[in-house]
Amino acid sequence: MELFTNQVLAGIATGAIYACMALAVVMIYQAIDHLNFAQGEMAMFSTFISWQLMQWGIPYWGAFVLTLAISFAAGILIERLLFKPLAKAPILTNVAGFIALYAIINSVAGLIWDFTIKQYPSPFGSSPFLGSQLISTHQAGMIGITVLLLILLYLFFQFTRVGLAMRAAASVPESARLVGINTSWMIALGWGMAAAIGSIAGMMIAPVVFLEPNMMLGVLIYGFAAAVLGGLTSPFGAVIGGFLVGIFENLVGTYIPGVGNELKLPIALALIITVLVVKPAGLFGRSIVKRV
Amino acid sequence: MTALLNVSDLRAYYGQVQALHGLSFSLNEGSLTTLLGANGAGKTTTLRAICNMVRSTGGIEFDGKPLGNRSTENVVRLGIAHVPQGRGTFTTMTVEENLQLGAITRSDKTAIVSDIERMYAHFPVLKQRYTQQAGTLSGGEQQMLAVARALMLRPRLMLLDEPSFGLAPLIVRDLFKILGKINREDKVTILVVEQNAQLALELADQAYVIETGRIVMSGKADEIANNEDVRKSYLGY
Repeated sequence: MELFTNQVLAGIATGAIYACMALAVVMIYQAIDHLNFAQGEMAMFSTFISWQLMQWGIPYWGAFVLTLAISFAAGILIERLLFKPLAKAPILTNVAGFIALYAIINSVAGLIWDFTIKQYPSPFGSSPFLGSQLISTHQAGMIGITVLLLILLYLFFQFTRVGLAMRAAASVPESARLVGINTSWMIALGWGMAAAIGSIAGMMIAPVVFLEPNMMLGVLIYGFAAAVLGGLTSPFGAVIGGFLVGIFENLVGTYIPGVGNELKLPIALALIITVLVVKPAGLFGRSIVKRV
Repeated sequence: MTALLNVSDLRAYYGQVQALHGLSFSLNEGSLTTLLGANGAGKTTTLRAICNMVRSTGGIEFDGKPLGNRSTENVVRLGIAHVPQGRGTFTTMTVEENLQLGAITRSDKTAIVSDIERMYAHFPVLKQRYTQQAGTLSGGEQQMLAVARALMLRPRLMLLDEPSFGLAPLIVRDLFKILGKINREDKVTILVVEQNAQLALELADQAYVIETGRIVMSGKADEIANNEDVRKSYLGY
């Protein structure tokens, strides 16, 4: 029983990271109807920036906040320079853009910081949480940060004018323009926020997977699985999907013989395909009620 | 009276296809004008061209200022509210959020709250449903919501694209009564595009008739309504 509880709690902890990645993916998907394949690489690059800032002597939380700001600005910049011009282009052009972005960021990170793995500090340490052997302080911290982030995002979208405008621009762009919303900037803002959310995921997972240019590949696939499971149209679903995928991954790895660590990733891919075949809208991707 | 909106030699294009062929008309401040014509005559395109939602050439002046290449949202910010065909409801949001979105460019918080109350007075059914998802409203209720949302801008000019479309005759009468009231009491200049010519001519004081992208007839609404030739050839009733 202790093994089971342990695996579930560990699953919730990594699930928190998948939830962040899924949320970042869904934010951009809501804004431009495309999956950002480079979301993981953007998060990885952000994590390297925070590492570099710490190497220069800035304390952890200072580097954390600075990285959020830099990532936010970089997300907006990427949208303005690369994806705004592609807004009316066919899907495949956009896909090519995302793959190019993926390759460029990956290579540039390798060029600057090389491909050897680096230790990345945890602000929470790795001692047992509250003296319990079930979960470490870092894992508890990951969950805490994610929950805090989710609450802040909820408040932002539900109770601020900009949040309302962003939701409007994502749901009916033409009507949003007709009430005077600059939808183009709302998309850019979505990119900025997605980049910042991704950077949190990167900085939280880096102490676990170690820092190197390919660290986010697996995480992003789990993030996609979470987003698809929860429903690409539902930020709330994406988060729930993240936690479910985290738990599922751990339990399957523990209890199904022969899966182990090596076969965990194909499980995520199998999950994506199963959801797309059985319930394409995902668990929470509600079909919009419309009466005419 | 001064012209609030002046349109001259307006030509609009969908890709290679030209939809408007040199349209000219003007709206007096405080007037209620209707733009009539058959399917495909270019009524919707005219409204879309004013809000720069379709590629067009020619001159459009609002309150003496050329709209030129202003983006749609910047045209709206000048005080031109557009109720699009199909109502443009934010279906996944609540009725109240739809109204708040209408005032998203305004920063006078207390006035926005009192304006929402004013809309509930105009349209009591919206008050009953203010927490409801707007997509669950009936067609008539959504049309009322669309008009209310447009009014939340406190517009000087309101453009309505076929507000009667798909609504029961009784509801259309109600809606048109409210439009008349808004025009008189709130001094909002209104341009309404309609296929229901009879009703629109009863409501409006000015009318333009448009055919294949050109104005073919203009004048006082009652004169056009009483002109049998016009009625038979262009309005079909």
